[in-house]
Amino acid sequence: MAELTGRALIASRCAKFFKDGDFVNLGIGVPLMCVNYLPKGVHLWLEAEIGTVGSGPSPSWDKADIDCIDAGGQPASIIPGGSVYDNETSFMFIRGGHIDAAVLGTLQVDQEGSIANWTIPGKLVPGMGGAMDLCAGVKKIIVATDHCEKNGQSKILKKCTLPLTGYQCVTDIVTERCYFEVTPEGLVLRELAPGYTVDDILACTDADVIVPDEIGVMQ
Amino acid sequence: MLSKVVSKEEALTKIHDGQTIMFGDWHGEFAADEIIDGMLEKGVKDIHAIAVSAGMPDQGVGKLIKDKRVKSLVTTHIALNPLARDQMFAGELDIEFCPQGTWSERIRCGGAGLGGCLTPTGVGTEVEKGKQKLTINGKEYLLELPLHADVALIKATKADTAGNLYFRLNSRATNSTMAFAADYVIAEVEEVVEVGELGPEEIHVPAPIVDMVYVRTGEKRPMCPMWQRAKAKAEAKAREKAEGGNK
Repeated sequence: MAELTGRALIASRCAKFFKDGDFVNLGIGVPLMCVNYLPKGVHLWLEAEIGTVGSGPSPSWDKADIDCIDAGGQPASIIPGGSVYDNETSFMFIRGGHIDAAVLGTLQVDQEGSIANWTIPGKLVPGMGGAMDLCAGVKKIIVATDHCEKNGQSKILKKCTLPLTGYQCVTDIVTERCYFEVTPEGLVLRELAPGYTVDDILACTDADVIVPDEIGVMQ
Repeated sequence: MLSKVVSKEEALTKIHDGQTIMFGDWHGEFAADEIIDGMLEKGVKDIHAIAVSAGMPDQGVGKLIKDKRVKSLVTTHIALNPLARDQMFAGELDIEFCPQGTWSERIRCGGAGLGGCLTPTGVGTEVEKGKQKLTINGKEYLLELPLHADVALIKATKADTAGNLYFRLNSRATNSTMAFAADYVIAEVEEVVEVGELGPEEIHVPAPIVDMVYVRTGEKRPMCPMWQRAKAKAEAKAREKAEGGNK
């Protein structure tokens, strides 16, 4: 298999966090790509905010059912054994600590594990949707993000400057360049993407980085 | 048993300018489309809306926003309706953003006779601004207050004539919780059946909660505009590919 890069590599690395039977919420975009890279034998219960436990792959248009949709309102499917609830029960799963892991995209994330992804005041105001509840209630919050903005600015900061979505809740940060574990001491560089060195990461990361003796290869 | 089935005109007599109205839906899907169209025709304005999102400019509450009928909105996000953002920046639409789980629970509180709920969601963020914070067993929580409305506009798959409601698959969405949190509950349905045809386990909202049932007179199960656009795009792409292959 060809070596993965970019967003495919991010999705592939995130997928390795999951165990068979985990109850997981994946955000739109790169997070949802994780399902394409699940290790063999790992099957997840995917939760969708609208109230689905056991979301399946997007159906073709001839199989789309107007009553079966995903969090973004697009056609969805439900796997055998899956079930549907109202929106309020959906957030019992999320806030109640029943979901094992969530993967979120972001605008900024910082070395204390705080995340900002719901607004750029005066410019971009999508709203927070269910992200703040995920941050408050899910044990493992994995951030899947490009390492830098298009202009080269680091998205991984000492402290977020945008309004927060969650305060000190992120446990792992996966970018196309490396994987950081968020610890009480700060960000620990656990793995490097193929082709990147420790110096590369230090040069493109605003946050303080703890460099351990052993660093793995991200795949 | 008293039949709650009414015409659109009768349903619209309960909807007035300046009311607080809950719109059950999901980005404008699973919405009471025909009653919303009726509100546009009737000219209802200055609405204080409560909806999970701002819908889309041609879907759900988004249509009322597009026509500037909505004065304020308590919601969780507006990403699919750029007009809501424009009106907010222009000072024409007052938007209160609320984390979705909190929003949902506030509606539940409104329908359940509770004075509010304590949630960890939003602690340490802007959401905590102006809210009472309580520490319970060493953990911080925000006190979030109930949401209640004059009218809830619900879309259900089926009703019986007594007002029992059934929702197919995801269409329950925000609809069933809202039915409890308003003084007056109007359900728009695809189909109405006789009392007894919906079994006890098929009833998600019981008859005593619902005031009126309006049965769609137009297309019962239309594909929403967002899907129509996406489908047309996918088909055009497939055609292009097929034609390209024949060359």
